[in-house]
Formats: sequence, structure tokens, C-alpha cells
Amino acid sequence: MTAELVRGQNHPLPDTRLELRVSAGHPVVAGATLGDEQGRVAGAEWIAHPGAPVRPGIEVTGDVAAEHRIAVDLAALPDTVHRLSLLLALPPGAGGPVRFGTAAAPFVSVTGPEGAAVATYTITGLDRESAVVALELYRRQGVWKVRAVGQGYEGGLADLLADQGAPAAADLAAAVLDAAGPAVPAPPVAPPPTAPETAPAGVPADASADASATTAISYAHPGRRPAPGPAAPASGPDTGPGAVPPQAGPAGQAEARPAPVAGDATGWTMDERLYNQVWGMFEDLARSVAAYRSARDFADHRLDRAIDEVLADPGARVGGAGDAARAAARATHDELMGRAQEALDRDLAQLTAESEVVEPALPVAYARWDNPVWHAYRTPEEPPMAVRLGDLHLPERTGLRIPFLVRLPLERGLWVDSGPGRTSAAGLLDEAELRRLALDSAVAHTARLLAAHPAGALTVHVLDPADGGAAAFAPLVETGVLAAPPARGAAGVAATLAQLTERVDLLQMAVRGDASEDLPPGFDLSRQLLVVHDFPHGFDDRAVTRLRYLADEGPSVGVHLLMVADRADAAAYGPVLDPLWRSLLRLTPVPDDHLADPWVGHAWTYEPPTVPPGSAVLWQVLGQVAEARRRNLD
Amino acid sequence: MTVNMTKGQAISLEKKGGGSLTQVRMGLGWQAAPRRGLFGSRTREIDLDASAVLFAEKQPVDVVFFRHLVSDDGSVRHTGDNLVGGVGQGGDDEAILVDLQRVPVHIDQIVFTVNSFTGQTFQEVQNAFCRLVDETNGQELARYTLDGGGQYTAQIMAKVHRAGAGWQMTALGSAANGRTFQDLMPAILPHL
Repeated sequence: MTAELVRGQNHPLPDTRLELRVSAGHPVVAGATLGDEQGRVAGAEWIAHPGAPVRPGIEVTGDVAAEHRIAVDLAALPDTVHRLSLLLALPPGAGGPVRFGTAAAPFVSVTGPEGAAVATYTITGLDRESAVVALELYRRQGVWKVRAVGQGYEGGLADLLADQGAPAAADLAAAVLDAAGPAVPAPPVAPPPTAPETAPAGVPADASADASATTAISYAHPGRRPAPGPAAPASGPDTGPGAVPPQAGPAGQAEARPAPVAGDATGWTMDERLYNQVWGMFEDLARSVAAYRSARDFADHRLDRAIDEVLADPGARVGGAGDAARAAARATHDELMGRAQEALDRDLAQLTAESEVVEPALPVAYARWDNPVWHAYRTPEEPPMAVRLGDLHLPERTGLRIPFLVRLPLERGLWVDSGPGRTSAAGLLDEAELRRLALDSAVAHTARLLAAHPAGALTVHVLDPADGGAAAFAPLVETGVLAAPPARGAAGVAATLAQLTERVDLLQMAVRGDASEDLPPGFDLSRQLLVVHDFPHGFDDRAVTRLRYLADEGPSVGVHLLMVADRADAAAYGPVLDPLWRSLLRLTPVPDDHLADPWVGHAWTYEPPTVPPGSAVLWQVLGQVAEARRRNLD
Repeated sequence: MTVNMTKGQAISLEKKGGGSLTQVRMGLGWQAAPRRGLFGSRTREIDLDASAVLFAEKQPVDVVFFRHLVSDDGSVRHTGDNLVGGVGQGGDDEAILVDLQRVPVHIDQIVFTVNSFTGQTFQEVQNAFCRLVDETNGQELARYTLDGGGQYTAQIMAKVHRAGAGWQMTALGSAANGRTFQDLMPAILPHL
């Protein structure tokens, strides 16, 4: 029965006298390397190739051909040989294919003494490779087996030999290809007179069996340094561009992992790409941490169980058996945690690197206030996809901040909670300080929303019934970005709410009746943002009802809420207001872990965006917004 | 090239040269067998579902199926429920992608199962297969044919498990009965 092998699969060999048959459909050089227990090829005398077709226990065909038959006698191989690799290489300059990807997949078979195939393997999936290890016959506990390998090398035979630890692999490879016969028209380009000093001397071009003979001729590419030392694993330092095999090992991937690029996501515009990238980073961080936490919980659980078992076993209580078992359980725990930490560190390092390139590339709507992009602020032509309402991080790596981007137009109102939060950060501050911070961050959110909209596309109303926020609202009032001065007292609250409620009614009617052209002439179609401070001061029942109406119905017709409030202040209303609070997106003026991600539901610590102390960026930006607004009105 | 795996056969997912597979896809494809007789053109729709159960030391930790498409850690992803099959005409109708590098360190086995959600047995399914593909280059590593099956509604296809630093796949191919993976848990446990 013939075993049709798949890459990586192995099969026992029935006999020591075998024939390896190669059928490639195009001319190839076939050879074999003999490796020791580690698979290492000690030198040129351990390679059977067209220049030296006969080695103990193996004989290869001496020319470049599409069909090869290689005789192997495993019993005659030296005892030090534990692995025989069948390799195929494309002869350079023969007019044939230069990479396996453009040629028919080579087919190799191992046949027994009667000519019956023992195992076959078609080497598929090759692309840019010009040399490939097709099969290996290996000795495992005194028994020979065959394994389908199919490992290709983009850097050709030189890389293949270097990977097997052959010294002066580049020279050897050149010698093998050179000796391959008439199908190779010309030897490689004349080498430089002086070989690089680190290059071990190569074998002569006629590839005599005496591999220790040295020669001044080096076939190494002048611009390419041969792999130093015997072991140059495929994933190690490469020997030139394109020398890394397509499937590098884990270590190689860590090195070869492409540097992150800002905007590396799908989208029609840079804005959309960055938005998607930030959300991709958000998801990746959530999931990497979920993997870590899951492993940690498992390790802890297992440790507890193991210790319980030790305690439950009366025999283990006396003597050192119990201690040993406990130590072993702890060691397993630490080992697992070590690996989990390693995986987490790897992921977080990648995300940190990405964050470092993405953060400076963000446009104003997504940028932190200390980002220099704000200094070049100009009113946008159209609103961005989203705005940044702060940063998110997890306790595993507090330094890795994910921008908290919320889509525009806002689907829910915002609520900056000025009440004492649950976190220690809020507990350390007195109530007045917390309220001041809440109002400041609400003003910063307002400024950002204004800056994100084109001139005149967002109209901001402020309710400040007790006039308690005059200082904080100064940037908005004095730069002139508000449509009207902050509304004061119960009358002001009632008037503003009535105006906005009427607006929502009118717009809803227009939308339902599909009659937007019937709106009164000169009707301002801009979006509206209502900033409410000191709720419920100055609110009567009618005003509260209107506020709730705006929170529910406003967003669909472009009327949005930004509340700065302590829920406890409105406790007198009882559960009537619960739906209002629930419908708003709660933000805090100090870091607080109340936001959950949509994938795993971690508690993320939200941190509000802060304007750097002493910076005039808010005033500058609002000045620009006001200026554009005035020009727009003229 | 395809290897039609036999029951219990194991293949290593590691490659020569230190490289190992990083992304694999477990693909599932099927078509409903045509019904004979009156109104024979009315093919009965068959909904097969692919699921992956993640185990740590024989304890189920997470599961990826049509109601939970991504494992919490993000390493195993289901491309979505297909209710009728046959859309790819030989391609994968449902697929589960596994990013082997990102599988949490304590997960040591991932078991893939196929269930008939609509309750038909595998006798009524045609051209059904399950295959493991190296997602990085699209090469098919192993293929399993489901049809010609007997009176059962589920199959525990294969498991991918850690072996040394890399991963190995073992074909299980054991028949079972059940509507979703939950029903299969007793049948899965002996294979761990």
C-alpha cells in the first residue's frame, strides 16, 4: 500500500535499500545531505550532489534532469548519520523556471527493492522558493522513517544548506549548482578577488571529495556575507534580502513582524481607516487581556485544587511528600503564568508600538489635547466619523491607552458625572473640586464637538440656572461660539427647553411627512447641543419632562444633550429619572472603571481628555471656530 | 494535494526549519441530498453547524459556535452560520479560523465538531466534507469525507492539540448524536 503523505506526515520504511524517485516536469538538480543527530551537515563531504554523486550509502544522478532516481542503502550509511534530506534546486540560468511557484509541483516517491512505492509526496504550496527539502529519511530509535518536509527556501540552495548548518553554505551551494552539468550554461559571476574575511573558504568548483581543501575562489555574492558559523537557522540573521524562508519560526516572526503603520485598516478615507484601526486595537487589547486572564484564572484554580488534594491526603501531611507536591504545584503554576505573561507581553508590545505610530497620526477630532495637530487647527469641511471622548486602559498595562472614539452624530446624550464616584481617585477630591473638574471636562468635550463640525454646523446652548459655572464656561462665552449667552434662572431654562422641544417637534413632523422643504424659511438646520449644568436646579416638573423628551427624541433629529450633574442631586425625583440616566453615556471627570467593551466585557478605566495645564489650545481652537462661524453668518 | 485522513491518524502541524503553522482553517461544506418522488424538486434544507471547543486540561474553557462566533481571547473565529449549505458548490460553507499563535497558553486541545442542527442524519447529506487548511497559503492539509454516513446527527471531527512547542492534529471521526455541541460533551470527553 502506498502512503500519500502530506506535509509533516511521516511513514515507517520497510527496508533499508530504497530508491528515491523525483519527477518534476522541468529540469532540477537533485541532491542529498547527510545530517547528524541534530540534523546538522558537517561539511561538503556529507553532501551527495552532481559534482560528487557517490557517498557511502547513497548515489545520486549526476545531471540536471526532470526525472531522478537516487539509490539509498540506509544500512551502509555511517553510524553518525541520522538524517538524510532529499533536496531539489532549480538550476540558475538554464532557461527554465526560476522559482517553484511557476512550475509544476514536484512529485517524489520512496520505493522499495521491488519497485513498489512505499510513500509518495507532491510538494505543493511553493512560491518564490528556488530550493526545497522534499523528504527526509531519519533514524528514530534505530528505526528509519520517511517524513514529507516540503520546506522551501527563497534564498535558494545556499539558504537551504545554511539552515542545515553546513559551513560556507553559499560556496557549497555555488559548487553544487556549478557541478550540476551542462544544463548550467555559465558559472556565477566572477567573484571578487578578496573574499570577506569571515567567510570560510569554499570548496573548489570541481567539488572534489576533499572538502577540507581550501581555495582562494569564493562563490559568495560580493554583496552578501555568508552565514557565520555552522548554524544559521532559517529564522536567524538572514544572509541578504529575500533570504528568509517564507515560513520563519516564531522567533523570526517576532523580528520580522512588520512595523505597525498608522491607517493600516480598511476604509474609504484616512479618517475611516484610523477609526477602524483604533477600534481594531481596542478589540485586540480586550482579547489579549482576556486570554491572559483566562490563563491566570485557570492556573490559580489548578494551584488551589492541587493544594487541596495535598491537604486532603493524610499520607502527605507527614514527611516531605506534601511539601514536595506543593512545591511542584507552585512550579507548574509559575511556569504557566510565565508563558501567559510572555504571550501578553508580546501582544502588548505590538499594540504599544502600533499606538506609538497611530497616536501622532490622528486628526484633531481623535487627537489628545496635547497633540501638536491642534496648533494647525482649521475648521473642517465636513464632520469626522467620530470624536475622542477620552482614553481607555486596563490594569494589565495602564500605559497603553486606547482612544475612546464615539461615532458622530451622537446616538446618545452625554453625562459628565460630577458626583462622588466609586474610585479612589474621586474619593480623594472634595465635592466642589469634583464639580469643577466635571464642568471643565464638559467644556472640553463641547469645544471638541464644536471643533469637529464645519463652521455653523453645530449650535451650542448652555443652561446655567444658578450661574455657578461662569468661570468654566468663559472659553465658550468669551470667544463667541455660543448662539446666546448661558440661560439663567428658571425662566431661562424654560425658554431654552421650549425652543428646543418645539424644534424637535417640527423636525419630526417634517421627517415623518417627508416635507423638509416646508420648514419655515431661514430655518437653521444645524445640529444642536444643549449643555445642562446644575441639574435639577431651576427645573420644574414641566422642564424635567421636556428634558427627558429631548434625551429620547432629540438625537434622531440632531438635538443632543450634554449633562453635567450629580445623580444624587436629583434623588428627590425618585425612579422617574432612571431611564434618563440610563439613556446617557456616562463619563467621569476623574479616571473611573465603569465602561465595558462590547466583546468580552472587561471593565475599562475611562480617563477624560485633559487640556495640558497652562495651555491656551482650547482658547485658540474656539477662537478659530468663532471666527469661522462669523464668516459663515456674513 | 489532499490526504483523506483515517480515524485516529495524527499529523504534525509543525514544519521543518522551526516554522510552524500559524493560522489554520477548519472548513465544512455540504449539500442536501435531492429528494425523490412527488415534489422532488423541493430539497430539504439541512443546517450543519461547525463548532470548536477549547479545553484546558480536559476542562472546557470556551466554545466557538454559531451563537458565540469569536472566542473571548480572539484566537478562534467562526465565519458565520450557514443554514442551508451548498453555496460554495464544493467550497467551505462554514469555517472556523484558528490563530494558533494567539491561543491562550493554558488551552491545550481544540476539538472540532459537526452537528446537524435540523436533525437530518448524515445519510441525507451529500458532498459533505470537513477539511483543515493552512490559512497562510491556502494549502489543504487534510480532508475528511462525511457522506455515506450512518444514522447519526453529529460527528466529532478532529482535535488540534499541543505537542511540544507546536501543534498536532488528530483525526477523530467519531459518530455521535446531538443538536449542538452541548449534547456532544459526553462523547467528546473520552477523546481528550
